Amino acid sequence: MTKDRFKNTALIQASLKKRYARERRFQMYGKLAVLAGFVFLFVLLFDIVSKGTPAFTQQHISIAVNIDVDALGVSSTASQDEISKADFSSLIKSSLREMFPDVKSRGDKRQLYRLVSIGAEYDLRDKVLADPTLLGKKQDIWMLAHSQAASYLKGQITRVIPEAERKVKNQQMDWLDRLREQGRTKSSFNTTFFTYGDSREPELAGIRAALQGSLFTLMVTFALAFPIGVFAAVYLEEFAPRNRLTDLIEININNLAAVPSIVFGLLGLAVFINFFELPRSAPLVGGIVLSLMTLPTIIITSRAAIQAVSPSIREAALGVGASKLQTVFHHVLPVAMPGILTGSIIGMAQALGESAPLLMIGMVAFIMDVPGGVTDSSTVLPVQIYLWADSPERGFTEKTSAAIMVLMGFLILMNALAIILRKRFELK
Amino acid sequence: MAGGGLGSLNSLPKHYGYMAALWAGLPAFFLFLAWLALEGHYIQSMVVGSLPAEIQAMSDDEIGLYYNQLVGYAQGSVDRSMLNEDQIAAANNYQQLVAKGQAMKFLLVGSLAVLGGMLATIRVSPELRARNHVENIFKWILFSCSFIAVLTTLGIVLSVLFEAIRFFQVITISDFLLGLQWSPQMAIRADQVGASGSFGFVPLLVGTLLISFVAMFIAVPIGLMSAIYLSEYASRRFRAITKPVLEILAGVPTVVYGFFAALTVAPFIRDLGESLGLTVASESALAAGLVMGIMIIPFVMSLSDDIISAVPDSMREASLGMGATMNETIRKVLMPAALPGIVGGILLAVSRAIGETMIVVMAAGLSAKLTVNPLEAVTTITVQIVTLLVGDQEFDSPKTLAAFALGLVLFFVTLSLNVIALYVVRKYREQYD
Amino acid sequence: MQGSEKINAPQLMAHGAVPNEAVGLDIHAHSDVSDYETTGKPFVDNAKMSARNVNVFYGEKRAIMDVSLDIGENEVIAMIGPSGCGKSTFLRSLNRMNDIIPICKVKGDVFLDGENIYAGNQDTVLLRARVGMVFQKPNPFPKSIYENVAYGPRIHGLAHSKAELDEIVEKSLRRASLWDEVKDVLDQPGTGLSGGQQQRLCIARAIAVSPEVILMDEPCSALDPIATARIEELIDELKERFTIAIVTHSMQQAARVSQRTAYFHLGKLIEVGDTKQVFTMPAHELTENYITGRFG
Repeated sequence: MTKDRFKNTALIQASLKKRYARERRFQMYGKLAVLAGFVFLFVLLFDIVSKGTPAFTQQHISIAVNIDVDALGVSSTASQDEISKADFSSLIKSSLREMFPDVKSRGDKRQLYRLVSIGAEYDLRDKVLADPTLLGKKQDIWMLAHSQAASYLKGQITRVIPEAERKVKNQQMDWLDRLREQGRTKSSFNTTFFTYGDSREPELAGIRAALQGSLFTLMVTFALAFPIGVFAAVYLEEFAPRNRLTDLIEININNLAAVPSIVFGLLGLAVFINFFELPRSAPLVGGIVLSLMTLPTIIITSRAAIQAVSPSIREAALGVGASKLQTVFHHVLPVAMPGILTGSIIGMAQALGESAPLLMIGMVAFIMDVPGGVTDSSTVLPVQIYLWADSPERGFTEKTSAAIMVLMGFLILMNALAIILRKRFELK
Repeated sequence: MAGGGLGSLNSLPKHYGYMAALWAGLPAFFLFLAWLALEGHYIQSMVVGSLPAEIQAMSDDEIGLYYNQLVGYAQGSVDRSMLNEDQIAAANNYQQLVAKGQAMKFLLVGSLAVLGGMLATIRVSPELRARNHVENIFKWILFSCSFIAVLTTLGIVLSVLFEAIRFFQVITISDFLLGLQWSPQMAIRADQVGASGSFGFVPLLVGTLLISFVAMFIAVPIGLMSAIYLSEYASRRFRAITKPVLEILAGVPTVVYGFFAALTVAPFIRDLGESLGLTVASESALAAGLVMGIMIIPFVMSLSDDIISAVPDSMREASLGMGATMNETIRKVLMPAALPGIVGGILLAVSRAIGETMIVVMAAGLSAKLTVNPLEAVTTITVQIVTLLVGDQEFDSPKTLAAFALGLVLFFVTLSLNVIALYVVRKYREQYD
Repeated sequence: MQGSEKINAPQLMAHGAVPNEAVGLDIHAHSDVSDYETTGKPFVDNAKMSARNVNVFYGEKRAIMDVSLDIGENEVIAMIGPSGCGKSTFLRSLNRMNDIIPICKVKGDVFLDGENIYAGNQDTVLLRARVGMVFQKPNPFPKSIYENVAYGPRIHGLAHSKAELDEIVEKSLRRASLWDEVKDVLDQPGTGLSGGQQQRLCIARAIAVSPEVILMDEPCSALDPIATARIEELIDELKERFTIAIVTHSMQQAARVSQRTAYFHLGKLIEVGDTKQVFTMPAHELTENYITGRFG
């Protein structure tokens, strides 16, 4: 045998260049795919954050108001009741006219009034109610700017855009510039966004009601899905006999996990609202529907957690005479709990982000008031996002993005919690 | 229980307590639930039954409206001025019935609880195996919890089926399944019910498939190639960082994707198309599909990763040991071996795309156009379900019932896809177990 | 324990585990081997492959220490030793299969026909085509018998026509003495064969690219005695055409099939010599202890 017996060297070497080129190309496709995923994620997050960030500041304009008792039509010793019925709207309008005396025509006046928010009159009223000594005094009062004025003050609308294509007109810009020069504008953290319910006016719209609705809905979901899910997992792991019925249950759980969420909404509409006549738009029904939807997730993860408990614990407990049930509830479940909680938190995060089934059961109402209980009409954060996303005004677009940021913040928090729990669980 | 001390008891004292509590609580609880469920129907039929004959002769819808008004008045949410004398009388009747019901409920539930508790107490004796007794009840409770999964499926099937059957009494199944026109809006006029509103399902199906196809066109190559790169090429550290980051995409709520699709991607694609001289609808199937694809990327990635990792390493060694390059090993050994599993995974992803709602509700069109051009606006099954059911609706019109027929189709399509996919994946796993 | 020597990359990645070869290093359980020189005759005149001062590291752990060994042309060399002694790791360093384990580093030189396979300009594709490998567990691809054997020739572009490929497949199956059993079922999946047949299919697959050296990593450990005997017969026939290095945990097998035997202990090559000599008059105490069954 000679050294050059390997007859294929030349053949293989000839093919190498092409094969290595293909290899490099293939690896590059892989890198591009990963990169594409990253780019999508980055663009999505950047888009949301850049659109939403301005919503976290709000603009105020300082107006010199003469809180004239005559203009309000009340006496200087007016009762609370009188004050709350007084016409603060015209007071603000007249104050604005006084600040800009050169504004004469009706149209111009209307534009002038549109510098401050409709909500300003209620703020002023509350201020006077809180401190009736203000009656008859002349004072500079910070008023919430109208959303369009605010978007000019925030620099989102500039004169570069032709006047016809923007809602803030040139003379409004002039007035705002003048106010700014006089130090009569300020920008501050947007507390309104977190303390108000929905509103037709972007600057008055907040997520408080939706957050409360989400909270109630999740409470119902958790109260139902957690115990039922854990009990079901315990049954299937520890007690279920191997028979047709058990198989049927398992198949059902696996399939429910993949049923489109909107179908659960149809179930909720037909069964809970139309048949059981539970109230529409209520967190109660929303919570029930979402609990049915998250149940498979909780059951599947809880089963995995129970399975992972070492059999020695079971044998030890059974060995000292504990019944099967005692063994499970006293020894197995406590050990499996971190895993079960991890799964439940992930299920709750899913429920928090879900909106489609809630549209079906009428949680898409326009809700200004913070719901007080699980049967009050309410909406949830994702649905609020859906509703706002439909409004074309710029003010609502940024509100939508800001609400998304809050929602994602909660989701990140919940997932982080789940990850921490899982890490601690793995260490054991 | 007197005498003999605790030692002579068959079970711990607390088990006797549990037993009494369960006997007292459970039947009463179920009676309470059943009462809640049926009370409304019963009172309605009682109140409606007492109404004058000419009102009872009205259609079900009108009676419903009439009834809701008087209930609203009774609860204080509707002003008196909106009601006539009959209604006010009926409202008083309603209030009395509700009050009576309240009292009866309290009485019955309470006495059932007391009865159950007493029965249990009578049975208590040292010989009673209270622990076994309690545990058996508990086992039944555990079983019922897991049986809820079956009830849910049953509930879904029955609720959509019943309404769908009512729909198919107005519109024939063949008109629905084969019709090429979808314009349910026309059916609003009561005198034209069903006759002129067209409920042809085909444009919705085509629209749904078109958007799903665009989504798969994005998600499958990117998801699959990422999975391959991360499992076969990437270093451990790169993988440990990259995978969770990409999985964030799976945790983003769909409403966020919908917003992104409607306000960012769709205008971008429209402008891009315009600059290329193409007419692109502002609610193009392309935009919705693209964003849906992004959403599904991590789903495809995780599934493919699981499947590819399940191919035994001995396959990789065998191929690499012969001098195959990594990509030859992947394409000629791993992929063919993993193919059934990956196909199963893709079917699951398709089922997801078909059932996805928020993205299409926000970014796809409303009018049903029969086209396969992704630059045009199409509508989907889920979009139509939402538009038919959200907002003011008369519950019995074919328009609302159509939503349930669509729900039925959606449920069965996704269900069959899932069943097939889960079967394929399970068979695949068994092969390498 | 015999089964545990196989290393697979993803497992290592998943658990950060280090194979037992490396772990064993810290336990100088049987005797102190830190200062050592290989006993016997590690070098031969007609070397097909020569390893010089080969060290293999798993992360921080040194699994193979300064091993120098020649593998002569057309000989069968057996590598024996207790579990975790590094014999498989050493075998895998001969066709750079250790490259696929991320944390594994090889230092030292291995020459194939005088060329250093660890030199920068060498590529693993050609090397592995020339130095084929058969694994512990039969691992046919989930393809037909025909496709299994045709895999190598296809990827390397060795056949220019279907007829040529058919010829290669038939020749390889004949050489692996499997042809008569499978010639009518070539389109059936290779995974459907019996364990022994699968392993012969893997051998056929390896020889289909006409390698010069075949590395066998405990090829019979998963087989029954009858299937083992057939493989051993086959090895005897194959040595006419190929150089074979076989790792085995069975001393009887080493004695039956090999001309030379190398004894590994805790990552070191303790003794090399003619098989007969190693088994009858081991020169080193450790070899003797192993052969006589004091540990294993």
